[in-house]
Amino acid sequence: MEKMSRVTTALGSNAISGRTMFCHLDAPANAISVCRDAMQVVVAGRNIFKIYALEEEQFVEKLNLRVGRKPSLNFSCADVMWHQMEESLLATAATNGAVVTWNLGKPSRNKQDQLFTEHKRTVNKVCFHPTEVYMLLSGSQDGFMKCFDLRKKESVSTFSGQSESVRDVQFSMKDYFTFAASFENGNVQLWDIRRPDRYERMFTAHTGPVFCCDWHPDDRGWLATGGRDKMVKVWDMTTNRAKEIYCVQTIASVARVKWRPERKFHLATCSMMVDHNIYVWDIRRPFIPFATFEEHKDVTTGIVWRHQHDPHFLLSGSKDSTLYQHMFKDATRPVDKANPEGLCFGLFGDLAFAAKESLISSDANRKPYPGGDRRYPIFFFKKPDPTEQFAHVSSALSVFETDLDSNRMDWFVKTAQLYLLSGKPFAELCDHNAKVARELKRPQVSTTWTMLRIMFSDPANLTAPGPNPILSKLGTLPLMNSFSMKEIGSGIGTESRLERSKGESRQDNIHLESGNLHLTNNNEENEETEGSEGQAEYMFGDAELDDDDLYSMEHDNQTEEQEYILPQEAFQLRHEIMDNPSAPEHLQQDKADSPHVSGNEAEVTCLTPIESFSLISISQPLFSPHLPASFFCPIVREMLSYYAEQGDVQMAVSVLIVLGDRIRKEIDDLTQEHWYMSYIDLLQRFELWNVSNEVIKLSTCSAITCLNQASTTLHINCSNCKRPMSNKGWICDRCHQCASVCAVCHHVVKGLFVWCQGCSHGGHLEHIMNWLKSSTHCPAGCGHLCEYT
Amino acid sequence: MAQTLIQHQKMEVQDQESLGRWDGLGSRDASSRTEAMENICQEVMRKVEAIGPITASVPSSPALGSLPNSDLNDILAHMLMLSKRCPFQDVREQSIQLLQAVQDLGVRIPRPLGNGPSRFIPEKEILQVSKVDARTQSIFEDAFAALGRLDNISMVMGFHPQYLESFLRTQHYLLQMDGPLSLHYRHYIGIMAAARHQCSYLVNLHVNDFLQVGGDLKWLNGLDEAPQKLQQLGELNKILAHRPWLLTKEHIERLLKAEEHSWSLAELIHAVVLLTHYHSLASFTFGCGITPEIHCDGGHTFRPPSLSQYCVCDIANGNGHANHHDDPLFNQEVCGEVEVLMERMKQLQECRDDEEASQEEMATRFEREKTESMLVVTAEDEECVPSRDISRHFEDPSYGYKDFSRRGEHVPTFRVQDYSWEDHGFSLVNRLYPDVGQMLDEKFQMAYNLTYNTMATHKDVDTSMLRRAIWNYIHCMFGIRYDDYDYGEINQLLDRSFKIYIKTMVCSPEKTTKRMYESFWRQFQHSEKVHVNLLLMEARMQAELLYALRAITRYMT
Repeated sequence: MEKMSRVTTALGSNAISGRTMFCHLDAPANAISVCRDAMQVVVAGRNIFKIYALEEEQFVEKLNLRVGRKPSLNFSCADVMWHQMEESLLATAATNGAVVTWNLGKPSRNKQDQLFTEHKRTVNKVCFHPTEVYMLLSGSQDGFMKCFDLRKKESVSTFSGQSESVRDVQFSMKDYFTFAASFENGNVQLWDIRRPDRYERMFTAHTGPVFCCDWHPDDRGWLATGGRDKMVKVWDMTTNRAKEIYCVQTIASVARVKWRPERKFHLATCSMMVDHNIYVWDIRRPFIPFATFEEHKDVTTGIVWRHQHDPHFLLSGSKDSTLYQHMFKDATRPVDKANPEGLCFGLFGDLAFAAKESLISSDANRKPYPGGDRRYPIFFFKKPDPTEQFAHVSSALSVFETDLDSNRMDWFVKTAQLYLLSGKPFAELCDHNAKVARELKRPQVSTTWTMLRIMFSDPANLTAPGPNPILSKLGTLPLMNSFSMKEIGSGIGTESRLERSKGESRQDNIHLESGNLHLTNNNEENEETEGSEGQAEYMFGDAELDDDDLYSMEHDNQTEEQEYILPQEAFQLRHEIMDNPSAPEHLQQDKADSPHVSGNEAEVTCLTPIESFSLISISQPLFSPHLPASFFCPIVREMLSYYAEQGDVQMAVSVLIVLGDRIRKEIDDLTQEHWYMSYIDLLQRFELWNVSNEVIKLSTCSAITCLNQASTTLHINCSNCKRPMSNKGWICDRCHQCASVCAVCHHVVKGLFVWCQGCSHGGHLEHIMNWLKSSTHCPAGCGHLCEYT
Repeated sequence: MAQTLIQHQKMEVQDQESLGRWDGLGSRDASSRTEAMENICQEVMRKVEAIGPITASVPSSPALGSLPNSDLNDILAHMLMLSKRCPFQDVREQSIQLLQAVQDLGVRIPRPLGNGPSRFIPEKEILQVSKVDARTQSIFEDAFAALGRLDNISMVMGFHPQYLESFLRTQHYLLQMDGPLSLHYRHYIGIMAAARHQCSYLVNLHVNDFLQVGGDLKWLNGLDEAPQKLQQLGELNKILAHRPWLLTKEHIERLLKAEEHSWSLAELIHAVVLLTHYHSLASFTFGCGITPEIHCDGGHTFRPPSLSQYCVCDIANGNGHANHHDDPLFNQEVCGEVEVLMERMKQLQECRDDEEASQEEMATRFEREKTESMLVVTAEDEECVPSRDISRHFEDPSYGYKDFSRRGEHVPTFRVQDYSWEDHGFSLVNRLYPDVGQMLDEKFQMAYNLTYNTMATHKDVDTSMLRRAIWNYIHCMFGIRYDDYDYGEINQLLDRSFKIYIKTMVCSPEKTTKRMYESFWRQFQHSEKVHVNLLLMEARMQAELLYALRAITRYMT
């Protein structure tokens, strides 16, 4: 022992060597501390108190300090510290409130030296003075910090934390007289060791207990604190008020924090609960750990850097009863796993894409984008910092705008606003919506509405005798024939399209594939159509086929076609976002479809189908008097699914609401819910809050209607006394004034009330709007610069 | 089919109407209260007119009359409750007037059974809703606005408004705010937990709430009728309530990995917090002898008061009888109890520095206290008032508290230094059920640190030592040990009758009797006894939570 401790001092950092290794302890560890020579480590816990030697390949148990047959609670350690000046001196903090010092130089088996039992509660931390041999500081649950002179039997001074439990005490590395103490109520205090009567300064560092603090080994002003609120904060103490200069948000409460030697911006943390890893952070990069050690199976309770000038060795003890030496080179680097690419869609089909610069420039396929789109390459550069060891990643951001004419979503917004979903008789609703659709140049949708009206509202029929299905089938037969004729034609259309895409020199593989896919899918669809009985199938198939026709008609318009390429891609992905309720095969089909048929495009251009539709609607009355409305339900169901699959959930949901009970039972709840969710999501993205609310209200799915019931609390301040209003109603219980008075007209506001979140004043929506047109200040005259957005 | 559906909807609408009836009364706006009150008046009058002739013709048979107008009777019972408990004076007055008016029309009106919110505490000692300070008034109003009632528990807790505020906030959050469990689940779990201790008061209260939030009536027939998922919680409920130290990570695993019936971690935390909350609240309910709510079953009667049916509660309440405080002989006997206690506290404070007990001594003191707590027999079994058949809400009624330290089965001591609420429990709860950790933390601290620096008639006393002794004694009964506590103190500070009370209240609260309540700390104020009850309740809740959370932590690692 003696020999070991004497070797010490002059060992340079290069003298230490080793590898990542561990050893099993007999019991969970609570704390570890390392001897200054970096060759021994002491492990302390409730049932363990041992010294291990750190050898090249392994840990070797040197000494068991836990002696005696029935060890007392004095051995139950909450913390341990090895003196950094005197190699034979150790101190432990016991859970029963004792502070014990140990002298390894003692000849007897029991090395216990001094025993201080002045604390009434558990001692959480002991700390030797970095340069003064006999000075020991302790912090306890009972709210006191005590300074001991080891030559005396009792403490020399007591510092009171006003009955707030002390969680950590740390002597400053550079200021001889200063120490920091952290408390359970979130405060950190700075004390002068010579002045036990009151603290030098105090500040609130965290919400909830501050479990640990650590002074920067080199920079005298820096103090790192870690708390139950999952934060690590670095404070600059040189200024008058402690200033938070860095903050790292971790995922669990922070139990220990230790600055990494020789690296100004690095610190290691471990957590008290749930998370077992040790993280090394670069405090300038607070979002992703610089390095991670993931060896422990239970929470890490103690971490210490092996040598105060060597940043490559980290020792840790854990509740899983192991002691580890981590080599920095073996650490996991989370940053390597981070995905540097990002992709995001704008509301109107714009696409932003960021990727590693190298990736983008090397990708030849990306270059020849058609001229219709613009690129905004934006490069982020940070001044390279030699001390920062993060791999530098510069990424390029490109923004692709959609062609304004082809893919804008105006129709969606307009439709959402103009559609009537309730409040009028069914027929009127249908007519109105049909008119809206027609005005927006969406004839297919318009016709659908008209047909719905005809199908479902015919009061004259109610008294009519039961239907004759055979007859009606017969009635539809000719129509079917006419459709199948068309189908053939369209088949040709698709093929020709494929040929065209093949012929396009710039088409890459993906496009070709999608073309192929489309063909097969189309065939599939046709087969399906043939197999099923309703004529609606044909109607829709028809619409689609007509699109294809149109494409083939557009052959001459190649330049325009090119412009579509990117937007189409954009559209394709948008489908995924919208999360169609369809099964996987539908999705596939969707993908294949969208490059060439984006719903609205088709509608704008398809002129022929209107005529055929109107043909049907004319022919409808011929047989509809014999049919009950329910006869159409399967057809309408198919139609709704079709719209939803096309990405037009708006139509699906609107029809669902307008038809109400007529169709609801035909469609399973999950699908309905899915449609509603997609539509509401879309509406909210377009900030159509009123419409979305109306839809929620009108929906019959319980899962949807309850969206309106959640989070309905609104926290408000009284406009008079600026204190939070805790009560129901508008009377402030503190100043007994009505808080809902309009600041402009001084009348009580009933109905829409708008108020400023800054100064709590407000009033009638219109009044405030008008006021803020002419003035930027608050109408109440409080001087606040209110903003109306 | 369609018609029945519509009818059903209509009924629901009606139901909602009748529920919404009381909402306006909770408003702080006097005019909307008046408006709501007027609506109720009209409705009551309408109903009275509708049944008018029947009551007039058969005035003497309440059993007959009660069926057709049970709806009216419910309303009248509610009015009675309002007239006594509503924090708004105008509502109280109008309720009284209305009841009077109804009575004048010849309809029988209810009268409250029992006196005041507690069987143990004379009504006159408890705060009157009409005479409270502004702060308590505000808390009461909040509680009333949130629940439409001011329950007896809140009334009794009104002795300690600081705590009450924190308690109500937590309970409101647990039951009504955003959380992983649906509303009716929450109330059902509350019922399960309260039923474990046969606490009919809490069960009744939450059965009403459960139905109000749309719970299925069938579930109330017993746990067998409830969904599988809740049935599985029965085991956890049972263990937590009586022997939480037996909880292992296997129990947790079984709940979390049960195919389609499995719980999510967040749901489980919510459920655990609810269970522990209601277990301990049941302790409080029995410990303070809370009487049934006026508008619930057993809280009122339509029978006229008669000598032959002299209510048991009246006697038990000490009303009409000489209060023990007035008994001079009695007083003399126990005189000096407080002084002795204070003297001991002082001694302990002083001698701690001189004489230090050896470590082994300390360890044995804990063991001794533990085994001694076992010897404190929970007194004679007295009859408790049976009401709703509560036993059907849980299985295995024979499962009860078994002493932590019995020979044979050795359960390792739980060391707080290794798993404490502040360091570990809090983080886990807050992680899985945000904000609740914070609220519970505040509530625990509030209960632990609450003091007025008084003891009986003495002022400026530091009671921290006494509070700590109580807290740690309860944890000791659950096998939780504080390394830094000298358990010898408990023996010095808590006398036998007090220990009996604590043990009964914490371990089998349904056996608490008025005699127990009266026989400890005879010179202390009722408010101080309620304070003790709060300590017991929170300490118990924390002990259960610690075991449950430790099991969950072990499962997670």
